[in-house]
Amino acid sequence: MIIEATGVTKKFGGFTALNAINFTLGARERVGLIGPNGSGKSTFVNCLTGVLPASEGMVRFDGQDITQLAAWKRARLGLSRSFQIPRPFRGMTVRQNIEIPLTFIVGRSDRARIEAEADAILAQVGLSARARARPRSLSQVELRKLELGRALAAKPRVLIADEAMAGLSDPEVDEILDLLMRLNSEGIAILLIEHIMRAVIRFSERIVVLVAGAKIADGPPADVMAHPEVVRAYLGE
Amino acid sequence: MSVVAKTAKDEVARSATRGGWLGPLLAASIGAALIAATFLVLDWLGTDYAYLAAYTVLQFVVLATAWNILGGYAGYVNFGSAGFFAIGVYTSVVVYQTIQLPILATIPLAAATAGLVGFATGYLTLRLRGVFFSIATLALAIVLQTLIVNWDWVGGARGVYVLRPQTVPVFGSYARYLFAVMLGLAILSVLIARLVENSWLGQGLAAIRDDEVAAECSGVPSLWLKLMATTLSGALMGAAGAPFPYFITYVDPNTAFSLSIAVNTIAMPLIGGTTTWAGPVIGALLIGSLQQYATVTISSAANLLIVGVLLVVFVIIAPNGIIGLITSIRERRQ
Repeated sequence: MIIEATGVTKKFGGFTALNAINFTLGARERVGLIGPNGSGKSTFVNCLTGVLPASEGMVRFDGQDITQLAAWKRARLGLSRSFQIPRPFRGMTVRQNIEIPLTFIVGRSDRARIEAEADAILAQVGLSARARARPRSLSQVELRKLELGRALAAKPRVLIADEAMAGLSDPEVDEILDLLMRLNSEGIAILLIEHIMRAVIRFSERIVVLVAGAKIADGPPADVMAHPEVVRAYLGE
Repeated sequence: MSVVAKTAKDEVARSATRGGWLGPLLAASIGAALIAATFLVLDWLGTDYAYLAAYTVLQFVVLATAWNILGGYAGYVNFGSAGFFAIGVYTSVVVYQTIQLPILATIPLAAATAGLVGFATGYLTLRLRGVFFSIATLALAIVLQTLIVNWDWVGGARGVYVLRPQTVPVFGSYARYLFAVMLGLAILSVLIARLVENSWLGQGLAAIRDDEVAAECSGVPSLWLKLMATTLSGALMGAAGAPFPYFITYVDPNTAFSLSIAVNTIAMPLIGGTTTWAGPVIGALLIGSLQQYATVTISSAANLLIVGVLLVVFVIIAPNGIIGLITSIRERRQ
């Protein structure tokens, strides 16, 4: 397993946002993480990536305990993420956004090489024509692609895509989905947090369901979608 | 022989085309010419006051540039600039009271002391963000001022006199020498700021300014980069303070921790533009010169009024400063 989370709990004062979550992600695996709004999905991702410290529990990456590691150290190990609400570096161009992880994670110092690699990533995510644009001029789908491009520039072994398709049209969803499939076929394990069920079912080999900070199901898409507690969580009694 | 000469000529032409040495050489020549012209103009005015006024303007170039390394590049607003400046001032006073080193030897000591305090402050406060960090730096300046007020050996609340020689070899008057020292510091600080801006450190600080969480997740070690920026920024402010006792000859806490220093150091980069090294330089030269002019023609009491009015004007018409205004006009035309 490339990620093993054991008993991850997150408390904000008296409120328990995550309650003893156990989770695994295999190398090259595609896993979907679903749950209603406020179920703790993003909090869990934040605990995995080091944006938030877990109150209890342990996170291992490729066998190494990373529970106490800062987010930048986890990113350098190969744990990369995109954000639910795009968070580009707004003062930079699209290419400069991609250059940040290339400089700080891949450790490139040769200017020409950084630019060449950035251009290759921009081509991969379909943003070549927008390389010199500022994020404020990008459309929603372009911003999502920039998020994924910046995460890819870190040369990840695990990519966590947090609602990478939110707000997109059907063809745009398919475009992002194809991109994620392609990345997975290149050897990157992907955890997809998503509300668009057709995308999650098409993409995932396994689905994990969180409700009110607790894991209620974990298994193949067909089994999980038929799980009574999942049906109740999504459709009510 | 002719082949060798041709090859060398080609190489020279290639280097020039690449902008290898020609750019810096041209910049250095223009810089040297400007410095010589400044000395000529100030000599022509025929009074030491002109040198001391120019010293004050350059002191603000150093302070504004130093502030901008943390406040502009990383977006961490330091309200405690006067504290770091005063560390430089009082390091100089301590050196004067003890081993009496020349100014040029005192400046590195002052920079090291202020840099060390900058590092320690950063380590304790840089986990705070936004306004919380700013309040912590303000508190630092107040704590330092309280310590100095109660430290009799450096003059305490009543202050201390620092005697300076009337003349200095080569430079003639001491005012001319002080101006040359501050000019050297200004050039050094601008070069450092430019180097930071164009390096991986500047890239990382810019990422932190835009979005610290996204920067961390992109592998930017934000705490370390901010510590480097705080140390560098503090050290340059301390360096700017080191010659001050010799400039003013009587130092007391109210002067060293002056509100005017704290306000100007923040206002000048904001008016000039915070995202590049040129912004604080433009801001400091513009506001500093205006203040000196107002001091002579109206009153020094008008100095902070000028800054206040200009800040309000710029917040309304050019919130990203003069450089930001120029950039947006250029982008619109394209």
